[in-house]
Amino acid sequence: MNRLTYIGLVIVAILVIVAVFAEWIATHDVGATDLSIRYLPPSLQHLFGTDSTGRDIFSRVVFGSRISLQVGLIVVTVSAVVGTLLGALAGYYGGWIDRFISGYVFNVFMAFPGLLLAIAMVAFLGAGLNKLIFALCIIGWVGYARLIRGQVLKVREYDFVQAARALGAGDARILLIHILPNAIQPLIVQASLGMAGAVLSEAALSFLGLGVPPPAPSWGVLIEEARDLSTLQAAPHALIFPGLAIALTVMAFNFIGDGLREYLDPRQRTR
Amino acid sequence: MRSAFKYKALATLRRFAIFLLVVWTVVSLVTLLIELVPGDPAVSVLGEQATPEQFEQFRQKHGLDRPPFFFSFPRDAQDARHFEWHGSDNRYTDYWVALLQGDMGKSFRTDCPVGKAIFQNCSTPENAPLSQKLEALVNSRFGSTVQLAVASLVIAVLIAIPLGVFAGKNRGTWMDNIASAIALIGISLPSFVIGPLLVYLFAVKLNLLPPSGGFDITYLVLPAVTLGAALSAILTRMVRSSVIEELGEDYVRTARAKGLSETKVVYKHVLKNGLIPVVTILGLQLGVLLAGAIITEKIFGWPGLGLLLVDDGIGKRDYRVVQGCVLVISITYIVANMLTDMVYRWLDPRIRVS
Repeated sequence: MNRLTYIGLVIVAILVIVAVFAEWIATHDVGATDLSIRYLPPSLQHLFGTDSTGRDIFSRVVFGSRISLQVGLIVVTVSAVVGTLLGALAGYYGGWIDRFISGYVFNVFMAFPGLLLAIAMVAFLGAGLNKLIFALCIIGWVGYARLIRGQVLKVREYDFVQAARALGAGDARILLIHILPNAIQPLIVQASLGMAGAVLSEAALSFLGLGVPPPAPSWGVLIEEARDLSTLQAAPHALIFPGLAIALTVMAFNFIGDGLREYLDPRQRTR
Repeated sequence: MRSAFKYKALATLRRFAIFLLVVWTVVSLVTLLIELVPGDPAVSVLGEQATPEQFEQFRQKHGLDRPPFFFSFPRDAQDARHFEWHGSDNRYTDYWVALLQGDMGKSFRTDCPVGKAIFQNCSTPENAPLSQKLEALVNSRFGSTVQLAVASLVIAVLIAIPLGVFAGKNRGTWMDNIASAIALIGISLPSFVIGPLLVYLFAVKLNLLPPSGGFDITYLVLPAVTLGAALSAILTRMVRSSVIEELGEDYVRTARAKGLSETKVVYKHVLKNGLIPVVTILGLQLGVLLAGAIITEKIFGWPGLGLLLVDDGIGKRDYRVVQGCVLVISITYIVANMLTDMVYRWLDPRIRVS
């Protein structure tokens, strides 16, 4: 694994600590407004300064990490589990399940912009954290299913699978104990890149007002609140710090994903 | 020979079938999404205070009084659900029949036909001369988004090709590292961060460009750069790895051996072959640009499809407008992908068969 992967791991570790211990790390109340201290520049008192209503940006960014990681974790876990299950079924059994999933679902999802589908779903369902997570899972699982299907198609032809079958193992045992553990490696790469994607999508949808409703300190909401001209003029830090948080998080998960991919696939190492 | 032809015809037919299937799914999704609206669309559009007559009139005008699908499970007097068959007399077929005649329904708010709001202008008269209609198309919501997408594509290519070639040629050096780092930052910074940052730099601090709210070339620069930034980052990485790969090929050695200058080797030979995968990414990204334009247009108030979708559609709960925008964006995306696929196959005969 290269140096960037370790940088990514360190950033993610810090992020997890910040999210878990947000109450202790945050210096101020997230929601407390005080117009007399609006637009303060960064200082020891307010590490990232204050926003247009005098809220402490550092504390808001700290609590925002919770929303981002929570959405990312749930979306990646649900998508990976559902995708693995359906992908494995399609790859192992073939037949009409496979024809439906790989012939229809994969093609449709590939031909359709994911973010647009999420936006459309939330537009009709109404904004909210749960609906956002639901929409991101709907567009997320297909990537995992494609991956696992391809892996299962490969692994099920291996000799040890034939041996297990000859010994009389049932389908469930072959699939769960023999095939999946050997097919699941690339899933880790996909999950890491998926975290980056989910964090980004959550921020984007919240930015559009379709995710977590304000005043919740989602990073997307923080940016939306900081981008009007008067705030930009008086307090550019209100935009820069949440933006930095998103960029660092996305970059870290991408580093980890790329590093793991290289590690797991030695053919790519030379590049 | 014969079987090769048959194979090719079958492959084309298959791709076309998938295309139709995707379009059918998208239209069905868009039609049925309105059933997801919690409560009653009429209430959410007109508000709780409207009279029952107003509700009834609204539902009738927009066909919402008709059954949603071929069958439904309405509640009966005992509040139990039971199966009911409606046949072809339903909203789903209504939408299809209208759509095939080019009609996407009327806005719930303004009564302006959605197709007109997207491709022309609500005030364009029906019997306007062709030149006026064409002008309306260019300046329409759709036309504005296409302008933005094309401008950002051009910007992305102008940044990515020199930067990618430079990084690939000098692979492993600090110059390559810097170029790759720039590309990485571009990928990690989402448009809703880059956009406001650019506004801060160029509109607030330097006072060079207008921030938002207009419609001419100066208003196009910042959104196009914002939208093109992520794409140029992806393209830079593609061009870089493509150049590295091609530099190892035999024909490069031959070209060098016959005494061509390094510039000529890179720009005449390597780039020509290396650009094939890049073209695919470009085409696929054109679709992503159209979807990503939603956020960029929102940031800069660029009056395109995305702004229509977010402000007029989602913001005012005008579900017909949302349906129309999602439909048009999706179909454009699908057609762009299909065209890319065709160009790619035409460019590189090796993949025609597989």
